[in-house]
Amino acid sequence: MATTAHLHAHAAPQGFVRKYIFSLDHKVIGIQYYFLALTAVFVGMFLSLLMRIHLIWPAAKLPLIGAIQPETYLSLLTMHGTIMVFFVLTTAPQGGFGNYFLPIQIGAPDMAFPVLNMLSFWTTFVAFVVLIAAFFVTGGAPLHGWTGYAPLSALPNAGPGEQLGADLWITSIAIFCVASLMGALNFITTTLDLRAKGMTLMRMPLTVWSWFVTAILGLLAFGVLLSAGILLLLDRNLGTSFYVPLVVVNGQVMGHKGGSPLLWQHLFWFFGHPEVYIAILPGMGVASQLLSTFARKPIFGYRAMVYAIMGIGLLGFMVWGHHMFMSGMSPYSAFAFSLMTMSIGVPSAIKTFNWLGTLWGAKIRLHSPMLFAIGFVSLFVSGGLSGPFLAQPVLDIPLHDTYFVVGHFHLIMGVAAIFGIFGATYYWFPKMFGRMMNESLARVHFVITLIGTYAIFMPMHYLGMAGQTRRYSQFTEVAYQTKLLPLQTFMTYAAFITIGAQLVFLFNLFWSMWKGPKASDNPWEATTLEWTTATPPPHDNFGGHTPIVNHGPYEYNVPGASKDYVMQTDPATASAH
Amino acid sequence: MGDQSFEDQMSPTGTREPRINNSGAITLPPFIGGGGDGRGGGSPDFGDRLRRARLGLAVGITPVIMLFVSLTSAYIVRQGLPTLDENTNKYVHDWLPVSLPWLILLLNTFVLIVSSVTMELARRDITRESALAPVRSIPGVSLGVEKRFPWLGLTVLLGIMFLVGQWMAWRELEYRGFFLATSPSSSFVYLLTGMHALHLMGGVIALSYAALITLFHKPVDSRRVVIDVTAWYWHFMALLWIYIFALLEFAR
Amino acid sequence: MGLALLCIIWLITFLSTYFFVAKTWWLPKGVAAAAPAIDHQFAFTYVAMGIIFVLAQCALGFLVWKYRDRGDARKVSYSHGNTKLEVLWTTLTAILFIGLNLMGSPIWAAERFEPPKPDAVPVEVTGMQFAWYFRYPGMDGKFGATKADLIDPSSGNEAAIGLDTNDPASKDDIIAGTMYVPVNREVDLQLRAIDVIHSFFVPAFRFKQDAVPGLRIHMHFTPTEVGDYEIACAELCGMGHYKMHGMVKVVSQADFDKWIAEREAAKQ
Repeated sequence: MATTAHLHAHAAPQGFVRKYIFSLDHKVIGIQYYFLALTAVFVGMFLSLLMRIHLIWPAAKLPLIGAIQPETYLSLLTMHGTIMVFFVLTTAPQGGFGNYFLPIQIGAPDMAFPVLNMLSFWTTFVAFVVLIAAFFVTGGAPLHGWTGYAPLSALPNAGPGEQLGADLWITSIAIFCVASLMGALNFITTTLDLRAKGMTLMRMPLTVWSWFVTAILGLLAFGVLLSAGILLLLDRNLGTSFYVPLVVVNGQVMGHKGGSPLLWQHLFWFFGHPEVYIAILPGMGVASQLLSTFARKPIFGYRAMVYAIMGIGLLGFMVWGHHMFMSGMSPYSAFAFSLMTMSIGVPSAIKTFNWLGTLWGAKIRLHSPMLFAIGFVSLFVSGGLSGPFLAQPVLDIPLHDTYFVVGHFHLIMGVAAIFGIFGATYYWFPKMFGRMMNESLARVHFVITLIGTYAIFMPMHYLGMAGQTRRYSQFTEVAYQTKLLPLQTFMTYAAFITIGAQLVFLFNLFWSMWKGPKASDNPWEATTLEWTTATPPPHDNFGGHTPIVNHGPYEYNVPGASKDYVMQTDPATASAH
Repeated sequence: MGDQSFEDQMSPTGTREPRINNSGAITLPPFIGGGGDGRGGGSPDFGDRLRRARLGLAVGITPVIMLFVSLTSAYIVRQGLPTLDENTNKYVHDWLPVSLPWLILLLNTFVLIVSSVTMELARRDITRESALAPVRSIPGVSLGVEKRFPWLGLTVLLGIMFLVGQWMAWRELEYRGFFLATSPSSSFVYLLTGMHALHLMGGVIALSYAALITLFHKPVDSRRVVIDVTAWYWHFMALLWIYIFALLEFAR
Repeated sequence: MGLALLCIIWLITFLSTYFFVAKTWWLPKGVAAAAPAIDHQFAFTYVAMGIIFVLAQCALGFLVWKYRDRGDARKVSYSHGNTKLEVLWTTLTAILFIGLNLMGSPIWAAERFEPPKPDAVPVEVTGMQFAWYFRYPGMDGKFGATKADLIDPSSGNEAAIGLDTNDPASKDDIIAGTMYVPVNREVDLQLRAIDVIHSFFVPAFRFKQDAVPGLRIHMHFTPTEVGDYEIACAELCGMGHYKMHGMVKVVSQADFDKWIAEREAAKQ
C-alpha cells in the first residue's frame, strides 16, 4: 500500500481502461461506486416488488419467473436485505459520495492511497458478483435472512438454498468486509493527513465529519463480521462447532457438538448495529449540509452536531444486545443494553432539534436537494421515534420480530438514508456531471416517494402491534394474521406506485447527464471547497493549486458581507467594502 | 481542534482574525477562526509519503486487532459456557483443554523474535541508505561500494521458518488427537494460530516484494517506505503471536 | 412548493396519528397476568413519542412554509446556535429516555428474574421444523429422558421429541400438539429446539421467547382468560416458518385435570 501513495502523478491517465475502468482517480472511483449502488438498488427493489406480489397473490404466475414458492420468498428476502444493506446503504453514501467529495471538501488532490482505493472498489464489485451468483446455483439463494442466524445458516440441509448458495452468500460478505476495511483505512488516513492549509477539524463540513466517523465505525465493525463469517464457513465446511450444538435436522443427527448459536448473534450484532449508523451517518451529514446551504443560514450548533456524530458512533458499539432481548441471553444484561440504547436517543434528538433550529428564521430555497433534506428530517423523526419502543425489553416482548421492527428500520436506515442519497444526488450532480437535473421531474419524484414510502412503511407499525410476524411468506396459516391482509394489500399497491416513481428518477438522471442545461461552478451558491473548483473538477481537483481555507463551512448571510455566502476559501479579511 | 491562541498563532496569513463589530467587517464566532492543523494537500515529498504510510499502517492494524479481540472474547466466553447434554438435559462443562506442543511453539517464538530483530536491523539499514542517497547522487562523490549484510533476506527466511514451524505444530496436534473439528477448544487453537499465520504470510509477501524491487533498482525511497511499514507490521505480528501463545497456554 | 410541503407533511402526520389514536390496528386483547403492566408501559411510551412526533413534524412543516424564500429583502438571522438551548433539550431528552427505561425495568424484572411459583404447571415446549410439541410430566412430576438419536419428526409426538421410552420417568409423560393450560395458574415453561432457532410467540399473552438449540430456557406466564389463543413462530426457521403455528387452549382447572386424565388413560 505504501508504494501506491503517489502513483497518480500529476498528469491525467490516458486510455479508456486506465481512465474509466481501473482508474486511480477518486472521482472516477466514486462514480463507479455510485453506479454499482444504483444497479444494486434497482435489483434490491425489484426483489422487494416480487416479495410484495407474492404476499398478496401467492399463486400469481409471473412472466419468466413463474409462481413464487415460499422458500423462494425467503431467498428474495435474504438477498433483498443483503443487497440493500451492504451494496446500497454502505456503498452509495460512503463509497460513492464519500469517495468523490471527501478529498475535494478537505482540499486534497486525491485519496491517501489511490491504488488501495481502486482495489477497494473492484473488491466490492467482486463481492456483488459473488452474491448475485447465489441466485443461479443449485438450490438457489439462501433463505436464512440477511442476519443469517446460526444454526439455520450453518446447516447445509436445513433448507433449500442453504447449500452452495449460503456459502456464496457468506463468501460475498467476507469479501465485502475486506473491501470496506480498505476503504475505511483510506478515508481515515486522508481525513487526518491530507487536509488543506487552514482546514482545521472544526472547519470540516459536517459531511466530512460523518464520512470520517463512518469510516472509523467500519474499521472497527467489519473486522468482527469477518471473523464471524470465517467461523461460519468453518462450521459449514470443516465440521467445527462454533455455532452449532448437537442438533437433529429431519431426523438426522448432525455431527456438531457444543457450539453456541448465541455466539453468532453477538458477533453479528456487534457489527450489525454500528452498520446501521454506517448507513445513516452520511445521510445526516448530507442533510446538515443541504439544510444549511438552502436555508442560507449557518448550521445551528455546529459543535453540538460534531459531538452528536461522535456520540452516536461511540454508543453504537455498546448497544448490540438490544437485538437479542428475546434470544435467551442473560435477562440482566438487557438492562445495560436498554439503557445504552435509550441514550442514543439523546444525540439523535440533538441533531433533530439543530436541524429545526437551522430552519428557524431562515430564507429557504426549496430546490430539489432541499426537498429531500426536509424529507430526510421527517423520516428520521418518524423512524427514530419507534426506536424507544424497541429499546425497552418489556415492549420488545410483543414487538420483536414483528412488522413493527421492519417498519422502524426501513424508515430510519432504509428510506431516510435513501433520501440522503437522493438529496446528495440532486445536490452534487451538477458538480459530478457538469449539468443540472430537471427540477420538475425531481419534484414529482420527491412528492410520490415521500408519500409512497410513508404509505408502505407506516402501516407496518400497525401490523406489528397487531402481532404480524415478519419473514412469513404467507399470512393464511395463522388466523389472526389473515385479518390483516387488506392492509398488506394497500402496502403492495403503494409499493407499485413508489417504485414507479423511481423510474422517473432514473430517467431524470440519465437524461440530464447528456441533455441537462450546463451547470456553473457553483449553481447552489454554496460555500464548501468543491464549489470553488471547476465543474467537473480537473484530475487533481483544484487545477494545480492548493486551496487555503479561511472560514468555517457554513457561513451564510454573514452580516456585512457583500453576498449572502462566504466561501471557505474567501480571504480572511473579506468585508463588505 | 486546538484552542484559540494556538490557532491564532498558526493562522496561515499570519494575521489575527478580524473581530471588529459594527464596522462592516466580517465578525466570525471565535471557534472558527484561524487555520492550523491542516497540513496542506499539495504534492507530497518523501517525508509525507512515509508519514502517511505509517499512519495508514496504524489505522490498518486496527481491524486486525478487532479480529483477534473478537476471537479472544469468543474463546473466553465459550470456555466458561456450560453446554446442554441432550441426553440428560443437564448443563455440563465440556471444555477439553488442548495440550499444546509447547516445545515447538517455544522454538517458533524464538525464531519470530529473532526475525523481529533482523527486521529492525534491515529497517535501520535502509533508513541510513536513504539518508545517504542525496550525498551519493552528487557527481564525483563516492562512498565506496558498501557490502551490506542481507538482513531483509534473513528476515524473510526466518518468517518462512516460523510458518513451517507452525505447520509442524499443527501436525503434532493432530498426532495428539486434536483435529480442527475435535472440540471447540481445538477449533479455537487452529483458528487463532491459523489466522496469525495468514497475517504473517502477508508480511512475508510484502518483504519479498521489497527484496524484489531492490533487484530492479527502484528508488531507495520507495523501498524504504515498504520496508519501514512492513517492519512495524512485523513487530506487531511478533507481539500478537506472543499474546496468542500466552492466551492458549494460560487460558486453556 | 412551501405550502405543498407543509400540507404533505401535516397530512402524513395526522393520518399516521389517526390510525394510532383510533386503535384501528392495535395490540390484541391481553389475557395474561403481565399484560396490563406491559400495555401500560406501551401506552405511556406511545403517548410520549406521539407528542414528540406530532410536534416535530408540525414544526418542520410550519418552518419550511414560514421561512421559505419569497424573494423579498427579509434579513436572515445569522446565528451559530445557542448553547443554553442545546443544554436544555439534551437534558430533557436524556431525562425522558432514561426515565422510560427505568419505568419499564421492574416489569422486565418480574417477567424474567423471578423463578416460577412452586405450584406452576410444568410444560416443556419443543420447537422443530415446522411444529411445536408440548410435554407434560404426568403423575410423577418428572420429565422423562430424551435422546437425540431417537428423534424422528415424521412419526410425531413421542418420537418427534426423541422420548426415551425405557426411562421410567417417561412412562406417564404426555405429549400433545396443542397446548392445554389451566386458567389463572402460572405455567412453568421449558423451551427447547432440536434443529434451528424458533420463537414461541403468543401475542395475547404478551409472551415471546426464542427456543434455542443447545439451551433449555425457563420462562413463566399466567393466562387469565379461558379461550383459544394462537402461537406463531417469530424467528425465521426455514421454508415452513410461516406455517409453524400452534394453539394454546386456556381451560378451567377442572377441564384441565379432565384432559390430563383422558390423555393418561389413552396412554395405558
